Amino acid sequence: MEKHCTESRVKGVSTGTTILAAVFDGGVVIGSDSRASMGEEYVSSKTINKVIQVHDRIFCCIAGSLADAQAITKAAKFHLSFHSVQMESPPRVMAAASVLKDLCYKNREELQAGFITAGWDKKNGPQVYVVALGGMLINQLVTIAGSGSTYIYGYIDAKYKPNMTKEECLQFATNALALAMGRDNVSGGVAHLVVVTEKGVEHVVVPGDKLPKFHDE
Amino acid sequence: MLGFMRGQPLLSTVIHREKMAAAPVMMPYFGQQISSKSDLVPDWTRQEVSTGTTIMAVEYDGGVVIGADSRTTTGAYIANRVTDKLTRIHNKIYCCRSGSAADTQAIAEIVAYQLGFHSIELDEPPLVETAANLFRASCYRYREELTAGILVAGWDKRKGGQVYSVPIGGMLVRQPVSVGGSGSTYIYGFMDANYKPGMNKEQCMELTAAALSLAMERDGSSGGVVRLASISEEGVERRVILGNQLPKFSTH
Repeated sequence: MEKHCTESRVKGVSTGTTILAAVFDGGVVIGSDSRASMGEEYVSSKTINKVIQVHDRIFCCIAGSLADAQAITKAAKFHLSFHSVQMESPPRVMAAASVLKDLCYKNREELQAGFITAGWDKKNGPQVYVVALGGMLINQLVTIAGSGSTYIYGYIDAKYKPNMTKEECLQFATNALALAMGRDNVSGGVAHLVVVTEKGVEHVVVPGDKLPKFHDE
Repeated sequence: MLGFMRGQPLLSTVIHREKMAAAPVMMPYFGQQISSKSDLVPDWTRQEVSTGTTIMAVEYDGGVVIGADSRTTTGAYIANRVTDKLTRIHNKIYCCRSGSAADTQAIAEIVAYQLGFHSIELDEPPLVETAANLFRASCYRYREELTAGILVAGWDKRKGGQVYSVPIGGMLVRQPVSVGGSGSTYIYGFMDANYKPGMNKEQCMELTAAALSLAMERDGSSGGVVRLASISEEGVERRVILGNQLPKFSTH
């Protein structure tokens, strides 16, 4: 199958993907699609989970080369748990994002992966950080990434409001993922959503046929 | 909407061509000549003029609403910040142009001529579908040489308001709502979520203005003012929305 993807800049399995994270009043919602593709023609997995738990209340979503992303998150998990033991307290979301950023920046020539890190910590509450391809790190209230994200920039600019409720934010994230999956051929499958608050973590999976439908479907 | 979805929307619509006429060659000064290849001449002088753009057209019961931004770029330089990309082809048929400015201007002139002639032969106003087919014929025949993505929209007596999309490559498809140009990728989600069949003219205008503003915020090749037009049996009504009057969205 690798022979077919000579056109693709990412070798091997890629998460042509849609990932997003948004802060609401009291927590964050993190979401992704579930498709892994090789080149643009073959779907190598329909049910991959791109939302990875790196600590109790910190998650990250991966975009780009799946191999690179898995290697980085493994290393990041290790660093974070060590850091957490040293500090004798749960790590900050910023710490998790920085660990990923360091790995991405130091190896930026070889790697092709971007991350959204989101979670809750006691000092700053819910936060979302995005680590882009070259290793840039910025804090935002809502962020999207992956190939499918280009189609929903307009939607999130129009629809996102700070301090939404949990239900509003979940609906917003589900709609955004559904719209992106409807237009991007390398995003699809089910929508994985995770809600992180002070109280804990909640996983929501929306199967393809239960996703919201829009006018022409 | 662009014909080849694979990678196409993410590519810039600028084609790098060495155009001797466009690049100023400095006069010899003390025997030296500064050619267009040196660092002293900015490289936008060597790039083709493009309407990297956002265009949109929506059908409603009784007519169509069309809209476009107003930015024309040569590389990073904005050659025209008040462009009118809504071009009249006939009394009640307009086209929205995206892609190479030269290509689309040339095609629009040719089609306007062909359609005018055809209308005189028929002795009645031409059909929007005819105009769309004329665009498609030129865009398909010369597909290797052209970079033109066009939305044809108008009103005729037979089928009322119609929108036809002729993306790069020369396909023709009728759609109730269509977006095009480099900025269009950012508003597919917004358009899918907010367009509903059965909207009236004012709702279509608002939807178009909102969508174009969102695209202009995100796409570097789109910007300036929003030009809108509505075409119906009564005629053509044009509006301009200036930068400070554009709809604002929650900034984050």
